[in-house]
Amino acid sequence: MSFLDLKNVTKIYPNGTKAVHETSLSIDEGEFMVFVGPSGCGKSTLLRMVAGLEDITEGDINLDGKLMNEVDPSERDVAMVFQNYALYPHMNVYNNLAYGLKNRGIDKETIEQKVNDAAKLLQISDYLQRKPSMLSGGQRQRVAMGRAIVRNPKIFLFDEPLSNLDAKLRIQMRLEIKKLQQKVGVTSIFVTHDQVEAMTLADRLAVINNGIIEQLGTPIEIYDNPKSLFVAGFIGSPQMNFLDGNLKNKTLSAEGFEIKDVNTEHEGEVTLGIRPEHLVQSENGLINLKVDLVEQLGSDNLVYGQLKNIKDFCYRCPGNQTIEKDSNLSLNIENNKYYIFDKSTGKRVN
Amino acid sequence: MTRFITSSLSHFILLIGILIMVVPVWMIFASSTHTSSMINMNGLQIFLGDSFYENYLRVLLYQGGFFKEITALKMFFNSFIMATGVAILSVVTSLMAAYALVYYRIKHATLLFWIIFITILVPLELRIFPTYSVMAELNLVNSYFGLIVPISASAIATLFFRQFYKTIPDELLESAKLDGANTWRFFVDFLIPLSKTMIVAMLIFMFVFGYNQYLWPLLVTTSEQYWTVVMGLKMMSGSIVHRFAFVMMSMVPPILIIIVLQKHFIKGVFQDK
Repeated sequence: MSFLDLKNVTKIYPNGTKAVHETSLSIDEGEFMVFVGPSGCGKSTLLRMVAGLEDITEGDINLDGKLMNEVDPSERDVAMVFQNYALYPHMNVYNNLAYGLKNRGIDKETIEQKVNDAAKLLQISDYLQRKPSMLSGGQRQRVAMGRAIVRNPKIFLFDEPLSNLDAKLRIQMRLEIKKLQQKVGVTSIFVTHDQVEAMTLADRLAVINNGIIEQLGTPIEIYDNPKSLFVAGFIGSPQMNFLDGNLKNKTLSAEGFEIKDVNTEHEGEVTLGIRPEHLVQSENGLINLKVDLVEQLGSDNLVYGQLKNIKDFCYRCPGNQTIEKDSNLSLNIENNKYYIFDKSTGKRVN
Repeated sequence: MTRFITSSLSHFILLIGILIMVVPVWMIFASSTHTSSMINMNGLQIFLGDSFYENYLRVLLYQGGFFKEITALKMFFNSFIMATGVAILSVVTSLMAAYALVYYRIKHATLLFWIIFITILVPLELRIFPTYSVMAELNLVNSYFGLIVPISASAIATLFFRQFYKTIPDELLESAKLDGANTWRFFVDFLIPLSKTMIVAMLIFMFVFGYNQYLWPLLVTTSEQYWTVVMGLKMMSGSIVHRFAFVMMSMVPPILIIIVLQKHFIKGVFQDK
């Protein structure tokens, strides 16, 4: 049995909404797991069930070999970092960190030691006497993490902790969280709707949609081998291009071009997915793109144009290429990196 | 120039308002420092006289009432006990009631709250006989307990605390739970410190409410020993200057409580911001 085990966990709210469907998941000790999905997909509910803040309708949660279903949140030995930090506004930083330890009846010297160690690790030693209202967003974030670290819990739970920060600080804190987790080595679950955060932080990530884990794996596995249309569209930025197509006798025809010898026996209506970064310019390419707009990011250019029926088809090329608006590009798919999904089920077929 | 005129005009209007409010109080105070023959001959006075100590001391220590058992000093003591008791008891009960209504999983908590709330529409005067008979049954007539308890359940204070608790984010409770705080600790370590300013405001409000009670103390006390200041204002006989002096003194405790506690009130507001 692994460190954290979710077995057929289901959450149905009293009003009948099914937030999580029979989800099973195992997380190893020291692993950094990320739940990613659009808002309302049930990822936070799943996290809150691990914390004990939501009741489990059906199924079992085991942490470190113990059944947690009926265990009170305070007894679970988990620590959580909330989206709005939930710092205690009337206590200074020191007491914010120390509060959980005091409640566990730990003696004063040990508390002081632990708080000071955590403060040092997070570089908040200078603010220990300040109230949360006197701190900046990044500092509050650190205090919230300090409050989790100081208790030395079995598992860290992060509920979209970076979404209240500005873009620059978010990237910085993302790095810090990853470093810190590696340093402390505590099993962590991180919930986010930002796929970049998910990709960068995760040892493994679970893509969740409509209360179901659509795919579970390392970030690269999921990026390279999305198992469904949803996962393919959700992971990767800019988003994968999707084209309607038809499969017959191993030949795929879509939007005025054909791909022969497709690696599947599937036939019928399909959706073809091509990542913008898997396209290359070549003479007599498969795809003819009329350029509408070029977004210059410096390192890359994002080229948007029109195919037959598709608006905003995206092609990503290195930033040193100059591409004129209204020019025509001939594109090929690199190394046959395309994805075919069944149109009705959304499942990958190639 | 027009700005000068409008601002002078508004100041002038405000000044008139202030005079309308302050002059009568001042005239009572000034008159209370004269001898009663002076007032009887010349009417109310604007300027201070020289009988201040004489009048005020006499009022404080005069043995009044039908049985000559009560002094103004004792009335102040009674009123203070009553007002403080009402303030503390009503704040404590309202805090706890609001806590239960907001944080406990009570079925129909909202309905319960509105039932509590409509008691505002039923003032003490309406329920005064049943309340009196309860107190009489319990043998609490002529006691501080009888003076304080029946008017100490405050729906208004419950409303204020409830609305305040509802603004506290759920994450705070959840975070506290994960930090090992039980129901009682969350109340003591979080809600009470967070509502400090509101507690002070409610203490002021309920103190003044308790101090101003007239009908209830009149009914529930038959012994002069339990007379309060507001009752005394009505019961008082004697010369006009002594009554004036008593009126002036009766204003002091509420004003004092506001001045003393407002300091904390403002301090709390600025600390939390």
